[in-house]
Amino acid sequence: MIESNRLSEQQYAENFSDIHPPFDTEDAALVEANRCLFCYDAPCMKSCPTSIDVPKFIKQITTGNIKGSAQTIFLSNIMGAGCSKVCPVEKLCEGACVFNFMEEAPISIAKLQRYSTEIAMAANWQLFKRKESSGKKVAIVGAGPAGLSCAHVLAREGIDVTIFEKESKGGGLMTYGIAAYKVTPQFCEDEVNYILGIGGIEIKYNQELGKNLPAGRQGVSLADLQKDFDAVYLAIGVGLARQLEIPGEDLEGVEDAIKFIYNIREKGYDKVAIGDRVAVIGMGMTAIDAATQAIRMGAKDVTMLYRRTQEEMPCTQHELDIALLDGCKIIWLSAPKEVIGENGKVKQLICSKMKLGEPDASGRRSPIDTGETFSLAVDMVIKAAGQMPFEGLIEECKIHPAPGRTKGKINIKDSATNIPGVFAGGDCVNGGKEVVDAVQAGKDGAKAIMGYFKC
Amino acid sequence: MASLNSNFLGIKSPNPFWLASAPPTDKKINVLRAFEAGWGGVVWKTLGSQVKNVSSRYSAVNFGSKKMMGFNNIELISDRPLDLNLKEIAECLKLFPDRAMIVSLMADNDKKSWHELIKKVEDTGAHGLELNFGCPHGMTERGMGAAVGQDPVIAKMVVEWVMEAAHIPVITKLTPNVHSVVPTGKAVVEAGTNALSLINTIQSVTGIDLDTLVPNPYVAGKSVFGGYCGPAVKPIALKMLTTIAQNPITSKVPVSGIGGVSTWRDAVEFMLLGASNVQVCTAAMNHGFRIVEDLCEGLNNWMDEKGFKTLDDFIGKSVEKITHWEDLDINYHHIAKINPDKCIHCGLCYIACEDTSHQSINLEYGKPYNNYTIKEDECVGCNLCQLVCPVNDCITMEEHRVAPEYLNWKAFQNSGLPLNNH
Repeated sequence: MIESNRLSEQQYAENFSDIHPPFDTEDAALVEANRCLFCYDAPCMKSCPTSIDVPKFIKQITTGNIKGSAQTIFLSNIMGAGCSKVCPVEKLCEGACVFNFMEEAPISIAKLQRYSTEIAMAANWQLFKRKESSGKKVAIVGAGPAGLSCAHVLAREGIDVTIFEKESKGGGLMTYGIAAYKVTPQFCEDEVNYILGIGGIEIKYNQELGKNLPAGRQGVSLADLQKDFDAVYLAIGVGLARQLEIPGEDLEGVEDAIKFIYNIREKGYDKVAIGDRVAVIGMGMTAIDAATQAIRMGAKDVTMLYRRTQEEMPCTQHELDIALLDGCKIIWLSAPKEVIGENGKVKQLICSKMKLGEPDASGRRSPIDTGETFSLAVDMVIKAAGQMPFEGLIEECKIHPAPGRTKGKINIKDSATNIPGVFAGGDCVNGGKEVVDAVQAGKDGAKAIMGYFKC
Repeated sequence: MASLNSNFLGIKSPNPFWLASAPPTDKKINVLRAFEAGWGGVVWKTLGSQVKNVSSRYSAVNFGSKKMMGFNNIELISDRPLDLNLKEIAECLKLFPDRAMIVSLMADNDKKSWHELIKKVEDTGAHGLELNFGCPHGMTERGMGAAVGQDPVIAKMVVEWVMEAAHIPVITKLTPNVHSVVPTGKAVVEAGTNALSLINTIQSVTGIDLDTLVPNPYVAGKSVFGGYCGPAVKPIALKMLTTIAQNPITSKVPVSGIGGVSTWRDAVEFMLLGASNVQVCTAAMNHGFRIVEDLCEGLNNWMDEKGFKTLDDFIGKSVEKITHWEDLDINYHHIAKINPDKCIHCGLCYIACEDTSHQSINLEYGKPYNNYTIKEDECVGCNLCQLVCPVNDCITMEEHRVAPEYLNWKAFQNSGLPLNNH
């Protein structure tokens, strides 16, 4: 049965408490910070997409220079606070920590980053001074990590930035697409406000790019933005989950993971309906976030299906462990074949057993249908098999897509699109990566725009 | 199994670990706890004329996560009534007759005061006296403590007074707040002291509170120079100890080593440089008396491993290994070697060498891991890379002699060999 409000308030609070709690005390942070070797040309820094000077910010914690530490982080990554909670650090900075070679626990870089940035945000230290307004105006579409990062760098340079955001809150997937036990809606709002604290950035909410919008949605066209602004940066992200393209996909109980997570963030855990027996399709970060939250919201049984094996899974081992510890079941080498319904509602999921064949374009061994099937009795199916770029919108704006398999990803060269003065970055270009990648894309975009102004 | 029995001027103790004259030894309750814990002896906190202490009294220097790397105090000699101290000394002696009981003294600066004080202390049955010529604060202003130890003439005079009255062994404790401890050491040995102990604390300012701008320790908005001790002072103490061990006059008497002894390893080092036993204070103040357990066990295991049966088998063994610079063999040369299997790619060796030494390490860029190798022709063998490397035995220094024969600087100059040829 699909129903909401399955648990008590206390159970919800327990299930959705912070999965990576902060240091309890300054002393605890200092002990950890003092473990850091202060490496030269540090592997952690080189493994961070935004190149945060990790040894420096940790050293600054040890000297009691928390303001300097926060500035070191924010200088490279204005969403350093959020990234400290959502980054898959086990494959980035912490995964590269030299202590791994000594069979010692790597430095808790994320936790230390959270320590400095939380203090800075709580005190509302504005660590960057905006240059005098240059008179140049830039429009940014999308107030997600890429858009905010780009906006902050431009604001520092004295550019007047207007962000057009289709939702009613900023933060993008940070706000709408990540498990609530990693970041709370309140934190996301605080982070956006902290970024805006520099001044010179205005966000116009509920404003969507494009012409063919549903009734009641306010649109803004690229042509207008080009006319009203000196440059445009597109940080529109990616859209809804990839369709399974199998029979029964329209039955009641088949959900899009992004929409599912969005509803949890927007409405609250107790307001979102969840089935008794849930199948989650996919093995990326979003799939994990959907599966773990389904079980934490009171689903009795959650099974994750992935058409390849653990070797090829897109999520990290750490994320997989969260799902396994939460009690999610995993069926490797399985792909959905048909959703069977009863009275218009999901009743059963028929799956194909797969095997691995030759490597495909992604370099991973491709799954091949063995012809054998099995069925799962489920009342809910959550689709998390990747997200689709806004192909139609890109076409409508006459922006060239990247060549290749995934249609609708924007093609850029040094952040510039084919249209002069129009730049792009983040998920809409890369098809969907980490928040930290989007932040770096925003920085790159701002640099390209500043270069464009100088020409 | 090795014997840890110690015999210092005929004063016997079951191990060479004494608690130094300081707060841990200022009353019966502490001293009994120390003896119960296993300490070989104590030097009872300095007795003398009446004093009044202030609050606060201590401050420290921390390094990284390690607290109390250095420790500082502005406490004076015992502020308890003399009679009470004497009574308690006698009681402790009775309860633990096998432990060494030395009493530290700092009488007013006249012969009569010293003689009276010595008489009273000897009546307790104490085994020896230690003359406090080292306290660097509070007492110096009254012409005592370091004020005595800093002037060989005065020190000699006081020791002569003491030796006239003393019937038990006398140890003179030296202050490090001098350019060399040898002049005072010589003077007091010539005056007849039976032994020396060193070092007392070093005058210091440990730090300043960056909110109040008042240095530590804080006393009503002011501070004073304190006496510095703890692990940070050990290298200075070892150097001063060596100068005493190498001087023909001062080396005639036994020495009790003091200054940052925290572990059995430290103790062995003091003894290798000529100390017959060691005195400990800061480490006990940091961790309690229980540290004596590993002091004894570690020393015992090391002696067994090295085949030393008694303390005398190794006391002073390293004294002759410290020579004059001009006698060092300049044909000796070693070169760093990085073990690539152990390297964790932290780059600490590289940046230390590149920025501050001889640019002798090669960086081969990698993402995220650089590889580092030694430029053998450039390496002067300074050890810096090995010192900064966080991995044991990752960087080793390999011997590559310039020539097989011993050649010192004097001979090098005399033979007219080229200078600045590295």
